[in-house]
Amino acid sequence: MSPPPLALEAEHLSRGYGSRWALTGLNLQLAAGRSLLLAGPNGAGKTTMLRLLATTLQPSEGRLRVMGVDPLADPMAARRHIALLSHRTQLYSELTGTENLLVTSNLLGLPRDTERIANLLQRVGLQDRGNDRVRSYSAGMRKRLAFARLLLQDPSIVLLDEPYGQLDPAGFQFVDGLVEQFVSEGRTLVLSTHLLQRAAPLLRSGLILHAGRMTWVGAAADLPAAFAEASST
Amino acid sequence: MSSVLRQCRAVLAKDMLLDLRGRSRVSAVLFFAVMTMLLFSFAAEPNPESLRLHAAGYLWLALLLSSILALGESFRSELEDEALEGLRLLPVDPRALFYGKALSNTIFLWALAALLLPLALGLYAVEVQGSFAQLAGFLVLGCAGLAAPGSLYAAMTCRARGQDVLLPLLLFPLVVPVLIACVKGTGLCFSGDAMNQGGSLLGVVAAFDLVYWSVCGLLFGKVIEE
Repeated sequence: MSPPPLALEAEHLSRGYGSRWALTGLNLQLAAGRSLLLAGPNGAGKTTMLRLLATTLQPSEGRLRVMGVDPLADPMAARRHIALLSHRTQLYSELTGTENLLVTSNLLGLPRDTERIANLLQRVGLQDRGNDRVRSYSAGMRKRLAFARLLLQDPSIVLLDEPYGQLDPAGFQFVDGLVEQFVSEGRTLVLSTHLLQRAAPLLRSGLILHAGRMTWVGAAADLPAAFAEASST
Repeated sequence: MSSVLRQCRAVLAKDMLLDLRGRSRVSAVLFFAVMTMLLFSFAAEPNPESLRLHAAGYLWLALLLSSILALGESFRSELEDEALEGLRLLPVDPRALFYGKALSNTIFLWALAALLLPLALGLYAVEVQGSFAQLAGFLVLGCAGLAAPGSLYAAMTCRARGQDVLLPLLLFPLVVPVLIACVKGTGLCFSGDAMNQGGSLLGVVAAFDLVYWSVCGLLFGKVIEE
């Protein structure tokens, strides 16, 4: 049986800001359908790595391929496969939750399906707040709406940057459920979090970044111990 | 409908909705424009002839200065929660983002021009003795000539420190030809165009619009990449 195609392939991927390197020489091969837990202390380069993989940040050096596509040559083709849930929710606060989802739906060329939007809002627990402006939402509700937008995109590669941030305990369980669903559906998943004990059982592989460099790769189940050891030395 | 056109329409619809919701932006720009026109009338010699002579210039300067406010504000909602990055994450053609944004800014400036024109006619005691159609043409094409490079430069400077200074510094020199042609042409519409120069001036503005709208559309993708 042939191995699954590579969803993400990075060769010596590096990104600098001025004279400072945020990420240096990242080599990564992630097969389609695999999941990766990304760990590292603050400022280790996790967000930079996710933004590079999401193609919204251009590498200073190195090469990236998304489902075999070079994003520098054809960014639109690469972005069809990817969705990133960022620290910032990237929503319009003067639009309602429903309108925010409709903007994304229209840009993606999806048929105007208000029932689908309503279902998504229900899925993230915002069914009663869809017609309220986002500026009236709490931080956790904004995060839930951002998840609804990600589900609307229906990507084959899902990048989650601190998905548990700003959520309450029920929100944590909601994210756990979504991650499990993404994995079982065979989507490629990269998740960055500080809640390693929580996320490790859900994912397959793990990677530790430190000062912009990859310092450890292994099974996600072994990552919390490896990270604790690295942090103590 | 091609995907670029569909995406452009989606961006335009989103921006128009944000404009309608963000009343503070609309009222701030309108108030600034009216104040500018009033101040010009105070600064000029206190005689009706002087005001009439410079009415077209005052109108266009008020539009130009107000456009800086309007263009800067139009990208504020994109930065508030990094919404622009959210748009870039989607498989959306950068040209669609530009043309949607520039069209929305053009429509905003058209509405502003439609409000300022009667004010200028009243405040500076001028009458339209030339062609109304040409006057409308100068306002329509002139606003489009401000909005296209303005939208590009607003995107370029929106993340920079000192955006409020950078935007006019970059925009003003570029739109000088359009401004000169519009002031001259609008002046001819006010005073009467005995030598039939209006048509050729309108052609000049249209030619610059063509260049601005095509070149800025091509450059926008590079401008918003990080």
